[in-house]
Amino acid sequence: MDLVLLSPWDLGVAAALVCLLAGLSWMLRLGIGRQLLIAAARSTVQLMILGMILKTLFAQTSLGLIAAMTAVMLAVAGYEVMARQQRRFRGSWGYALGTSSMFLSSFTITLMALTVIIQVKPWYQPQYLIPLLGMLLGNTMSGIAIALDNLTRNTWEQRHSIEARLMLGHEWQQAIAGIRRDALRSGLIPIINAMTTAGIVSLPGMMTGQILGGSPPLEAAKYQLLILFLIAAGSGLGSLTAIWAGSRRLFDERQRLRLDRLSAHKK
Amino acid sequence: MFAADTPLLEVRNLNTDFLQQVSLAIHRQHCLGLHGDSGSGKTLLLRALADLDVNEGEVLLEGVPRENFSGPAWRQRVALLPAESHWWEDSVGLHASSWPMPVLTALGFSEEVLQWQTGRLSSGEKQRLALARMLANRPRVLLLDEPTANLDRGNTETVEKIVLEYLDSQQAAALWVSHDPAQLERVAHRRAQMRQGRFQMETN
Repeated sequence: MDLVLLSPWDLGVAAALVCLLAGLSWMLRLGIGRQLLIAAARSTVQLMILGMILKTLFAQTSLGLIAAMTAVMLAVAGYEVMARQQRRFRGSWGYALGTSSMFLSSFTITLMALTVIIQVKPWYQPQYLIPLLGMLLGNTMSGIAIALDNLTRNTWEQRHSIEARLMLGHEWQQAIAGIRRDALRSGLIPIINAMTTAGIVSLPGMMTGQILGGSPPLEAAKYQLLILFLIAAGSGLGSLTAIWAGSRRLFDERQRLRLDRLSAHKK
Repeated sequence: MFAADTPLLEVRNLNTDFLQQVSLAIHRQHCLGLHGDSGSGKTLLLRALADLDVNEGEVLLEGVPRENFSGPAWRQRVALLPAESHWWEDSVGLHASSWPMPVLTALGFSEEVLQWQTGRLSSGEKQRLALARMLANRPRVLLLDEPTANLDRGNTETVEKIVLEYLDSQQAAALWVSHDPAQLERVAHRRAQMRQGRFQMETN
């Protein structure tokens, strides 16, 4: 089966559906039509540009260009993690915490997948590296964002209990153990759900893409499994790193609870 | 050993973003009564002494600077009883590894209290149990923030008696915050006042 190429006309039909939805939203006064159109326009521009960039990237296989591309992906993902926090860490920690946890988990796991599992040569062949890293970054991003938000929000809400334990001479690790556990668990729930329903409720995006692209379904399933496992490992590792460093940051060297290191509540 | 007149707790030039140049000393078996308007910094002083808020200055326990202790080790010795106690486990008993049974009995509780659910405690029960929970650590200095605010007269007298007996038997010291002058008359050996972050001893 050959790939059916999409014409601008094909995309136009799909886009018309979005416009129809925006029109409905305007009629029903949902107040979301504008946002919907902007989001649709953004995705059009972003994906077209990405397509063009990847085209040159694939043609050149230059390590420098690939490194620049991954740096941009990481920077945006890091910003996204920070933006999703209701109470973020003040100062450079706010950005660095999520970004470095994502770097540690996504990059090492992608590297391992490329060199040990898929064994492409050279290891930085962009057809493999960019999609793999993109999927890992996107998913660890959600995991870390949820886990960190959980950590800071629950610490704020349970500050009196935490301080009550500190007053009784408990170590900071004891005082925050329960909150830490819950935060970690919450960071892993999206991927657990994704793995649980994969293939029954949802046909995962990558497998869909490969099947549409003409791959044999069983091969597509194997690749999807590989990705799911890598994402699980990446989210887990990333959330662990972020929660460990984040909870440490909530206490100082005298083991005082330092909520002043968090910013005010963001609506 | 230390000279007999080494204060149990000594504070020199304690500063926070609110407290200004607080210096004080409390000797063994002594209770210092502290009063002052709300917002004058009484609670902030207790929190700084327990090293829960960022602060600067010298604080010594039996002549040993607090930097020689870890934060938790310091707070086990210099214990704060806040005006409102908090309970994080489901049952009372889980909040301390070994409860001082004589104290619980004196406070009017039987051993069954350890099975009680924390969500069903009254404010008075919480306050009395929080005292027992704190004494389980055998602290050297008690920082008491209105420890009888939610108690009736009988229980107030019991708590006063327990604290004073503890100071005597353990050679400990207390800093007792109260709005009730008559109470400070009963429990405190000396009195001091907080006014806009400043600490002032009162002459007897």
